[in-house]
Amino acid sequence: MSDSAGTILLRDVWNDNPVFRQVLGICSALAVTNLLANTLFMCAGVTIVTAMSNLTISLLRNYIPKRIRMIVQVLIIASFVMMVDIVIRAVAPDIHRFIGPYVGLIITNCIIMGRAEGFASQNRPLPSFVDGLASGIGYSMILIAIALVREPMGFGTVLGVVLPAREIWWHQWTIMVMPPGAFFMLGVITWFARNRLEKSTATEAK
Amino acid sequence: MEQAVLSHSFLSIFLIFVSAAFTDNILLARFLGMCSVLGVSNRVDTSLGLGAAVTFVTTVTAALNYGIYYYLLVPLNLEYLRLITFIVLIAAAVQLIEMIMERVSERLYFALGIFLPLITVNCAILGISLFMLNKPYGFLQTLAFGAGGGFGWFLAITLISGIREKIDETKLPSGLAGPGITLIIIGIMALAFVGFSGMIKI
Repeated sequence: MSDSAGTILLRDVWNDNPVFRQVLGICSALAVTNLLANTLFMCAGVTIVTAMSNLTISLLRNYIPKRIRMIVQVLIIASFVMMVDIVIRAVAPDIHRFIGPYVGLIITNCIIMGRAEGFASQNRPLPSFVDGLASGIGYSMILIAIALVREPMGFGTVLGVVLPAREIWWHQWTIMVMPPGAFFMLGVITWFARNRLEKSTATEAK
Repeated sequence: MEQAVLSHSFLSIFLIFVSAAFTDNILLARFLGMCSVLGVSNRVDTSLGLGAAVTFVTTVTAALNYGIYYYLLVPLNLEYLRLITFIVLIAAAVQLIEMIMERVSERLYFALGIFLPLITVNCAILGISLFMLNKPYGFLQTLAFGAGGGFGWFLAITLISGIREKIDETKLPSGLAGPGITLIIIGIMALAFVGFSGMIKI
């Protein structure tokens, strides 16, 4: 692969964004975005796990027998998730109570499996690390965007700080912190982003 | 007296099943198993097959993971190994079920066969095993929780695929087709399922 780090970064963050372009890793994108603080912890966790597991799998790619590579990849990913889980529990026990099961579910997050299988198992360590990092950032970007809409509209706060508007005229939309709000927000963001992408590819084609 | 205890426990098992399927629907309230829903839900018959396979596997793996966690990991103080244990156990169980099915029932094997490998990476399965740890359930209640969760997922994916079959024939604004409209449909459906909440308190 002759792709430079910059190309990989741009491709994974925007053009092939894991969430709205490849529609992967949706489960956690919806579940943790009702509070920005939860979202930030989740994003950090996913980015670290993608980058580190990509690096490890790439380093070991010539030693893993082809037939059992899936189970080996799952085990590598699971070990990193376990570390992240333990760290989050130690650093922020309150947040861990809410997002705990979803942190465990990073193992089955399709983004990580997808990058491991699709990129890291065929590429050198450094590009794989950048690829994992960029996929994580692309994922985090969407999650933070969703959380920045859901938390202010649902609770009238950002990172727990009460916005002035809540005292004066804003009626909190409970729907935004409940599951349906998450589905609507992600649906609208996917619509918007895909629409932009289709237009830009259409102009390039001309 | 014994009768009363028995009926009480039966009722609680039934309530856990219903609440896992409706008020706490694994897909619409917990957001799990979305990847397969977005990928597979464009036809009703595939959804029925996958839904049935998931229901079966959640029931079996919830029971297995319950046994391993409370009788092996907790006594040995190895709770932090639960993630790795669960995922390996799920993969092994799926493989085993596939092999048994091939021998016992050819028809069932061909009906569910292609979906079984997909299930290992379905987050609903691991999710049910992880959520089960947060609840003070006994063995039978766990079984009901697993079966109810799987059934709720089955119900949701079948309903969604029914709507998607119709939607795919209509013309949509650019960019909305595919995952966009599916997410909005699921949102409306989740709104309907929110109506169930508060019906059952456990």
